[in-house]
Amino acid sequence: MEMIRAEQLVYEYIRRDEEGNVEAISTALDHVDLHVRPGEFIAILGHNGSGKSTLAKHINALLTPGEGSLWVDGKDVSLEENVYDVRQTAGMVFQNPDNQIIASVVEEDVGFGPENIGVPTEEIWQRVEESLRAVGMLKYRHHSPNKLSGGQKQRVAIAGVMAMQPKCIVLDEPTAMLDPNGRRDVIRTAHELNREKGVTIVLITHYMEEVVDADRVFVMDQGKIVMQGTPREIFSQVGKLKEYRLDVPQVTILADMLRQAGLDIPLGVLRREELVDAIMRAAM
Amino acid sequence: MLRDITLGQYYPADSIVHKLDPRVKLFGTMIYIVSLFVMRGVVALGVATLFLFCVIRVSKVPFRFMVRGLKAIMVLLLITAVFNLFLTPGEPLVSVWKISVTEEGLTNAVMMAIRLTFLILGTSIMTLTTTPNQLTDGMEKALMPLSKVGVPVHAIAMMMSIALRFIPILIEETDKIMKAQMARGADFESGNLLRRVKNMIPLLVPLFISAFRRADDLAMAMEARCYQGGRGRTKMKPLRYAGRDGAAYLLLLGYLAVVIACRILLPWPQ
Repeated sequence: MEMIRAEQLVYEYIRRDEEGNVEAISTALDHVDLHVRPGEFIAILGHNGSGKSTLAKHINALLTPGEGSLWVDGKDVSLEENVYDVRQTAGMVFQNPDNQIIASVVEEDVGFGPENIGVPTEEIWQRVEESLRAVGMLKYRHHSPNKLSGGQKQRVAIAGVMAMQPKCIVLDEPTAMLDPNGRRDVIRTAHELNREKGVTIVLITHYMEEVVDADRVFVMDQGKIVMQGTPREIFSQVGKLKEYRLDVPQVTILADMLRQAGLDIPLGVLRREELVDAIMRAAM
Repeated sequence: MLRDITLGQYYPADSIVHKLDPRVKLFGTMIYIVSLFVMRGVVALGVATLFLFCVIRVSKVPFRFMVRGLKAIMVLLLITAVFNLFLTPGEPLVSVWKISVTEEGLTNAVMMAIRLTFLILGTSIMTLTTTPNQLTDGMEKALMPLSKVGVPVHAIAMMMSIALRFIPILIEETDKIMKAQMARGADFESGNLLRRVKNMIPLLVPLFISAFRRADDLAMAMEARCYQGGRGRTKMKPLRYAGRDGAAYLLLLGYLAVVIACRILLPWPQ
């Protein structure tokens, strides 16, 4: 069974004037198909307004599909009775670290999710400890979230989702408001959870550097999935990526330019070391 | 400059008063306030004083922290005392022109000043030894019976704890907006009161907009984590009475009984 299966998903934002007449319709999702297998790490790339956040909110049943259908772990998200099951299966981490932490003590915030789904007290403590350890924030358990850095807050938010023991975590631009260090920590944490706990990860971002280690990458533009493949396949099409207003990593651009200048460098270079190796080989 | 404001004045220490269940402290503060207004006579005053100072001692909070709260009400205290002193009818002690100080006035003034002082000291013991979160928890649990008649107790408690969490964030934000506007020539410090209030408007508008946006985000984040109100919710840190809480209740009731007994049984020695 697939973790996430979306078929011909359509969602429209409809703006109405005061009398309730339709003023404008903007299609945020335009017949999207998405299949994610359990344990995969997928990334969804896209410029602002490409519909990637709307897609994320569907996976957590915060929005219901206008047309088409979406199943999360075999459950149809458009059915009212599945909503809380789906939210438990697919946790969600949002962009702004401050606006998703509810309690004034780290451990109490991590306990918020399990409290909501009625987990007995002793088990809450156990889950809180496990999740805080998994994201490397155990020693901050008694701290106030206000005293933490952005990256640390975001890891607490991830722990809060982990404490609900989800099979899948959707991270909706988790690094957009962080400094480079915080960004690295959050992405590393996501990879660790994917590797060690087998959690399916859906990472939504517009930083291309962050998707290098993903299993598969989807590129969205104007509500459609326009490219998909492994990071290497995606990154080998520099021209196309630029068309979709994505910032291609500097290494990839440099490699592309060198190749066009006639140097023998393979397509889709992702890391600096790779480029160095390729140049050394080409020079010999 | 706004960052210096701290809400609640919790003083962390390891004392038995700190460890008491917040419900006991809420109830105890109420009993103490009642006792202050029931008490009459020197003996009762002595009992109330002794009780107060014993609790302060046991709470391990330095006395100067307690007194800090008194400064704020100094003016109120003075006004109350002066009014009582001059405006109570009765046997005049000293008379100058049309104003006279009566014996009753003098006792009333002294008693009122003592009552108010003790009231502030008594309530600050509660706020100094209980974290805002514990207080919210205690209130939620203590008011739970009211939810049967339709009072949204859980929602109110949740609102209070979220407000507590967001106060520092919004203060920081105010600070940021103020600086951004000062950099563009806004003036928050000069002019008369009316002017200064007017100058605050460009500060309040962005602050409100951002607060609403945060509220929207937070609501979504709570929903994403399966929040569905108080129904079917368990607690990570449930309040449970320990032996010491029972003992504290007994002590409090005993104290109240003594104060009431003094009022009924003893004649009126001032």
